[in-house]
Amino acid sequence: MTALPLKDLPEHDRQPAAQGAKLRIHHVSKVFEQKGQRVTALEDTHFDVREGEFVTILGPSGCGKSTLLKIIAGLTEPSSGYVMLNNRRISGPGADRGMVFQAYTLFPWLTVEENIAFGLKLKGMPKTQRQEIVQQYLQLIGLDGFGSMYPNSLSGGMKQRVAIARALANDPEVLLMDEPFGALDAQTRTVMQELLLQVWEKSHKTILFVTHDIDEAIFMGDRVYVMTARPGQLKAEIPIPIPRPREFSVKTTREFMRLKAEILDLIREESWKAANEIRSGECL
Amino acid sequence: MRLRQYLVLKGNIPSGLYIGLGCLSFAVLMAVWCILTYGGVVPALFLPSPSEVAVQFYRMLTELNLVGDILASVYRVSAGFLLASLMGVPLGLLMGSFKLAEGLIEPLVGFVRYMPASAFIPLLILWIGIGDLEKIAVIFIGTFFQQVLMIRDVAKNISQELIDTSYTLGATQRAAFLKVVLPAALPGIVDTLRITLGWAWTYLVVAELVGASSGLGYMIMEAQRFLRTAGIIVGILVIGLLGLITDTLFKALYHRMFPWLERGTQ
Repeated sequence: MTALPLKDLPEHDRQPAAQGAKLRIHHVSKVFEQKGQRVTALEDTHFDVREGEFVTILGPSGCGKSTLLKIIAGLTEPSSGYVMLNNRRISGPGADRGMVFQAYTLFPWLTVEENIAFGLKLKGMPKTQRQEIVQQYLQLIGLDGFGSMYPNSLSGGMKQRVAIARALANDPEVLLMDEPFGALDAQTRTVMQELLLQVWEKSHKTILFVTHDIDEAIFMGDRVYVMTARPGQLKAEIPIPIPRPREFSVKTTREFMRLKAEILDLIREESWKAANEIRSGECL
Repeated sequence: MRLRQYLVLKGNIPSGLYIGLGCLSFAVLMAVWCILTYGGVVPALFLPSPSEVAVQFYRMLTELNLVGDILASVYRVSAGFLLASLMGVPLGLLMGSFKLAEGLIEPLVGFVRYMPASAFIPLLILWIGIGDLEKIAVIFIGTFFQQVLMIRDVAKNISQELIDTSYTLGATQRAAFLKVVLPAALPGIVDTLRITLGWAWTYLVVAELVGASSGLGYMIMEAQRFLRTAGIIVGILVIGLLGLITDTLFKALYHRMFPWLERGTQ
């Protein structure tokens, strides 16, 4: 399977099944005003995510990807275009789009349990039911017995597991993940990738996962969107035909290597561009 | 070499040593005081000896109504400080959360903040006389304007990502304020209160130096008028002690309220 450069495809092929789309990013762009200068963080971006799909967006560090995810989450207004969830246009943030950030965003004054129950409590769910769900997710992320601890005493990997549990316990329509393992060391990251895939196999949530790590993008995704920097733009869509369930060992298979080489080729020139432009402006 | 090992940038030392060092600094101060006074280096009129101060302390306690002065001062500080905090904390939170509030209040507060509270004393006496209310007003002016800006900074420093996270979990603005901004700001608020309470005591003495008939500041002035140097020192020490007690209480409160700030145990 080869990469499909988006630009070269006829228009109708670029828009897969609009009706079946769980999440539709409809020609979204973002221009920031910075000291009187207009900086394009995200150029006309258009794609769909289907129900239960795990889609990864791969791109060079920092630029554009986070903006895109924030627009989908409703935390940032797009300059043009819109986002549709279940064929309804979104406006502002909501519990239907859960998010896991790269930075540790557990509420430090709440215990692990209280963190996971945060969204449920907002919904007004009764306590017994809340506790049941919290226990279920603590088990799912392998942190049984850690419920009464404060985030301060957890490791980075544990914190992110709780953050994932907190987002999933809220039962969102889609889960947005912004480099959730970016701050973790290589070993922990590998474990977390496998864990997230296991959780996904069980819950079959629709996940949109942003990363700058090629291995991660291939290993996790059903499809990988390769993004270029400054302005942020989708360059190619690469289907990942590696069968599931996937384990860590697939990272050394021939198929995996081939996909990796293909993507590397695609982004190499872009990475150079980004590296040379770092001085010309801040990442957005 | 032991010393070498303790002289590391931001390095840790055993807690016993830490406490010991604190005691040592007090002991040195005490020793210098003893040498200067009992050694006859400084005349008693300028610096009375520890024993003279102790005797004076006892006399004031039994004959000169020291307790009454302490209560009068504590009342004024508490009232002025509470009033300032009741307005300063909400206003500061508002300023830190909404640019609109900041734009409206910040320039004015920043301007008044640089006016010395003590300079308001003549004006306040003209307006409201020399009663308790005037003293409370001085303390209010001295603490409120500092507090507002410090609380604003506390609210401003709350991570936007925590607030965003609450939105993606379904929080409304109101819920985000009550369940994220407030609890996140609370340690900073308590800390600010602890620091500004110390300032409130400073302004109390300033207020009581002028037109007062009770209170620790007044007592210090009286002692000076009759050249009871030991009385001045008693007054200063009592204020220091009261400050130490409230500070310790605040620290204890801090640890009790925010167990989540500590690492390790639950």
